[in-house]
Amino acid sequence: MLVSVLNGLAIGFLLFILAVGLSIVFGMMDVLNLAHGALFLGGAYLGAAFSGSWGGFLAALGIAAVGGLLAGALLSLMTGPLRRRSHLDQALLTLGVAFVVAELLIIAFGDDPLSAAAPPALDGSVTVFGAVYPAYRLVLIGVGAVLAIAVYLVVERTRVGALVRATVADRDMVATIGIDNRLVTTAVFAVGSLLATTAGVLGGPIYGARPGLDATVLILALVVVVIGGLGSVRGALVGALIIGQADTLGRVLLPGLASFLLFAALALVLVLRPQGLFGGPAAVGAR
Amino acid sequence: MTAVEAPAVPGGAAAVTPRAPRGRAWLGAVAVVVVLAAVPLFLAPFATTTLTRILVFALFAVSLDLLVGVTGLPSLGHAAYFGAGAYAAGWVSIHVTAEAPVPLLVGAATGAVAAALTGWITVRSAGVFFLMLTLAIGEVVQELGNAWESVTGGANGLTGIPSVRVAGAPLANAGFTYWYVLAVFLLGFALVWLVARSPFGAALRGIRDNERRMRAIGYPTSLYKYAVFVLAGGVAGLAGSLLAAQARFVALPDLGFATAAFALLAVVIGGAGSLWGACLGAALVIVVRDALGPSLGGHGTLVLGAVFVLVVYLLPRGAAGIRLPGRRSS
Repeated sequence: MLVSVLNGLAIGFLLFILAVGLSIVFGMMDVLNLAHGALFLGGAYLGAAFSGSWGGFLAALGIAAVGGLLAGALLSLMTGPLRRRSHLDQALLTLGVAFVVAELLIIAFGDDPLSAAAPPALDGSVTVFGAVYPAYRLVLIGVGAVLAIAVYLVVERTRVGALVRATVADRDMVATIGIDNRLVTTAVFAVGSLLATTAGVLGGPIYGARPGLDATVLILALVVVVIGGLGSVRGALVGALIIGQADTLGRVLLPGLASFLLFAALALVLVLRPQGLFGGPAAVGAR
Repeated sequence: MTAVEAPAVPGGAAAVTPRAPRGRAWLGAVAVVVVLAAVPLFLAPFATTTLTRILVFALFAVSLDLLVGVTGLPSLGHAAYFGAGAYAAGWVSIHVTAEAPVPLLVGAATGAVAAALTGWITVRSAGVFFLMLTLAIGEVVQELGNAWESVTGGANGLTGIPSVRVAGAPLANAGFTYWYVLAVFLLGFALVWLVARSPFGAALRGIRDNERRMRAIGYPTSLYKYAVFVLAGGVAGLAGSLLAAQARFVALPDLGFATAAFALLAVVIGGAGSLWGACLGAALVIVVRDALGPSLGGHGTLVLGAVFVLVVYLLPRGAAGIRLPGRRSS
């Protein structure tokens, strides 16, 4: 049971890193980035390709970070002209990008599932309260928690964060006071994508890398974002931790029904609070 | 490839030309049907099979267009009902009977019931939430198909589906299967066409254009959306039963995200709201994925992904939308 709770925490923090970018990009730009899962898959393949040494792991993280930044900036440029058009157009565009990216990854890395090993020193197990537990996942919990706190502090406590939150709330008003919100949105899109590819590298030792993983993690991230409320960092964190636990405990307690548990949680939240747990009224589709 | 696509194009364009005299539109439709009915007499079996697959996917796309184009509900999980119908029709063909109307009715009923069970959550949401929810539901249904191995065959898919039997005789020949699929396609297309033209369809378009106003006038819009969701699920299930009859094999991808996304692509390429357009879009998707795909090293998906991107930039209203300026304004 303790192992399952820890697993849930590890997956929860990983989901947070993945979902927070999706959430803020949507909250800010009103763009549902369906390519987010493909970016994660890119990171996962990088992690798998370079796995086995610390150097490789760090190199994968570095390449993923640069690739994520570039991909995010490009996506921001591509979706820019669609800002005044329907969500369906943005969804189609990012869906197309997702298919292209996933297919290019399959061409580059092959059809077969790849596994990624944790970096050498973390490859073993440690004993936690009498339970044997993989060291990598424990570190992942720590790294995830630090990242979560960092993102939270940046968004909630700094000037840059205030700008981001202001743009989420009312981008036209931010433009009116003379701030180039295109720069802000592009930067956020780039950082959000960086978080997606980073989550891919970090999640490699847990999920591996295989065709179809992009859709799986995209759904998980969407569920997290809907439960937490669009555009809310706190919501993404709480949603991710809930889904992490529901997914792992569900697999233990009700094997085969875990995905229904996710769906039930989603349906319940939407029925009770359509804007999500931490979504403000602004987050509910005005358009 | 043009040989496969050619029959549908000229007639389809003529039939939807705005303000065409009624007689000419009907003549065009009749011509399309006659050409479609005659093609297996001239085509090689492989081309006939491709055309059959196009018809199956076209009926699925038409059912989705009822949601996307007519009602303004962009679903990314419609394959759930298509696949559910295919599995149900395949299962009943194996275990009960493959005698003609039975798999069709079972497939359509399963699609409708699946849509009825999940639709009440989705139609309460709007816009991007609808998109996300349908996506999530599609994924859950795929998971169900994977987990319920005793019925669906799990990851191996449902194999050994027998040929459909009409009056006791199995339809083994590709041409006969084609005619069977064509007949059901025309039936399903006519049903959706009639619904779209009915007062009910007019109310759905009203909901698409301004739901708040429709509610203010006194339409129970949620009920209308639920009804059309269930109906579209039923037609998708009917298309699924055609898939079981044609491919005689159903697998998890038929339920999944990519299938749903490609159907959406078909609708958008054709111009959302144009049922003919959805069929043309379906033809393009199937030709790229199944007919050209192998010669592209199995990377038809790459091409379709690029098509998604191009369509958004170049055809904001789809191919039929370009040909028919101002169609939406009525």
